[in-house]
Amino acid sequence: MAKAWVFGDNISTDDIIAGRYLVQRNPKELAKHVMEAVDPGFAAKVRAGDVIVAGKNFGCGSSREHAPMALKGAGIAAVVAESFARIFFRNAINQGLPVLISKEARRGFKTGDGIRVDLERGEVLNTSTGRKFDAEPLPDFLMEILRAGGLLNYLKRMKGKRGLPRKKTAV
Amino acid sequence: MPMTIAEKILARASGRRSVSPGEIVEARVDVAMINDITGPITVEALEKIGVKKVWDPSRVVIVLDHQAPPTSIEASREHIGLRRFAARNGIQNFFDVGEGVCHEVLPENGFALPGELIVGADSHTCTYGAFGCFATGIGSTDMAAVFATGKLWFRVPESMLIKVEGMLRSRVSPKDLILKIVGDVGADGATYRAIEFTGSGLSRISVGGRMTMCNMGVEMGAKAAIVPADEVTFRYLKGRAKWAYQPVYSDSDASYVDEMKCDLSKLEPQLALPHNVDKVRPVREVAGVKIDQAFLGSCTNGRLEDLVEAAKVLEGKKIAPGVRMLVAPASREVYLEALRKKVLQKLVEAGAIVGSPSCAACMGGHIGIIGPGEVCISSSNRNFRGRMGSPEAKVYLGSPATVAASALRGEITDPRDV
Ligand code: SF4
Repeated sequence: MAKAWVFGDNISTDDIIAGRYLVQRNPKELAKHVMEAVDPGFAAKVRAGDVIVAGKNFGCGSSREHAPMALKGAGIAAVVAESFARIFFRNAINQGLPVLISKEARRGFKTGDGIRVDLERGEVLNTSTGRKFDAEPLPDFLMEILRAGGLLNYLKRMKGKRGLPRKKTAV
Repeated sequence: MPMTIAEKILARASGRRSVSPGEIVEARVDVAMINDITGPITVEALEKIGVKKVWDPSRVVIVLDHQAPPTSIEASREHIGLRRFAARNGIQNFFDVGEGVCHEVLPENGFALPGELIVGADSHTCTYGAFGCFATGIGSTDMAAVFATGKLWFRVPESMLIKVEGMLRSRVSPKDLILKIVGDVGADGATYRAIEFTGSGLSRISVGGRMTMCNMGVEMGAKAAIVPADEVTFRYLKGRAKWAYQPVYSDSDASYVDEMKCDLSKLEPQLALPHNVDKVRPVREVAGVKIDQAFLGSCTNGRLEDLVEAAKVLEGKKIAPGVRMLVAPASREVYLEALRKKVLQKLVEAGAIVGSPSCAACMGGHIGIIGPGEVCISSSNRNFRGRMGSPEAKVYLGSPATVAASALRGEITDPRDV
């Protein structure tokens, strides 16, 4: 069962992966230190498929793409937060890490609850309590990047065709 | 349709007559920057998608600054990779170890110009907004898309206006102003927005002070922070500008989602308390907290005027026993000027340690890593838990004068009290 890991507001990219580890670029190596500053045991406890549920401004601070890489490397399947910092949001999508904005989810979860995330519908389910929370569905063109597994795979696929898809949806 | 400066720049760059907030545009960028932390991922990404050449080598800037000189084999390996990448692509704008912090090096070398659209794989790229351009931080993979095509998608941000009136008093600086603003707006209060500074108070704020202010725009979540170009800007750019530029200004009837006012004459020295940049108090309320390290440097406050401010406080005196004071000039130019003007001499005589032009202690990946239980006062822009070293250490952010005054006394001190 996928578990929820609940965090507060303003989790920075320094929290997600500290500066001294940035000489590494291998997601598995980065994952060994993921969230270390906030929860030193996190890397050992987290399991593939688990989901982070957080408060406001998740991923604020440095533009380091090592942050979503480390989360992915640790097997995190998605991050659900009240709001995201702008650069982290883009980086996560580009790395193929689903990020979902839900104003309510955080109050409806405690660490250890079962969680299921439906990206297509924009829904977050607490499988321990049975409560369901709305999330903002991602615009189509970002979903396409996620489905491809990140921007690189997407670009590889698009090579030869023209640029990025253009949609007038706000993100 | 009336537009803000941010909207006008994005409209021009995307080849449109007008744009409005919320729209997604694909825009051509004027300058693209990577550094030694973010760059290697960009290079690897380009290799993965099979792109051999960057779209325009003259528009790409590479700076080795975060771990400069390298402090590990891994860091050296990243530097080697970037040097090879630059050589392979004919990138002339390559600033090797020792030239300085990216956000100081680009303006000094005339890349930050009014009306331009600049992207950097570093969140503090917003610093260049001090020159009336739209500059924003992006990730490494986004940067690979830019290197491949010269273009990137942007959501046109809402703009928010910050009016600055009055005049700063002695030993109060633009850093105190921006700390106060971040405290009031909050760490996510300007998320996705473009901040535009305006008001009569700006004309008395130097280019360096404006860079300090724009630099910390991202600490409120802003996508860009802009000071419209004026005489102060043009004077700085004379003889530096890399190419011709066209300043743009907001229409007088442009619309803003928010407006706030700041009176410089009422401002006093401010401090951000651990571990959030928006936890801001007047220095006097926190005075007396013992410190172990004082760091003067970074892209926020490592310029000549910052070193001069600190030297004024420390000249002819000695820093407190047991305190390490680290100084890292933001660039070689700053370093040389500070040498010529004997500013470094005053600082070293007072007991400071001077390091190479680089990010130094700011990111905890280079010199000045702090240990468990230690307290550092820093002129940089972030005090997040664990950023400068141990997660059990504490970082306070203040102006260069506050850093110097605190080093002098060995405890947090209002610079007006020494
Ligand atoms: S000085 Fe600090 S904030 Fe500025 S670019 Fe370097 S690490 Fe980032």
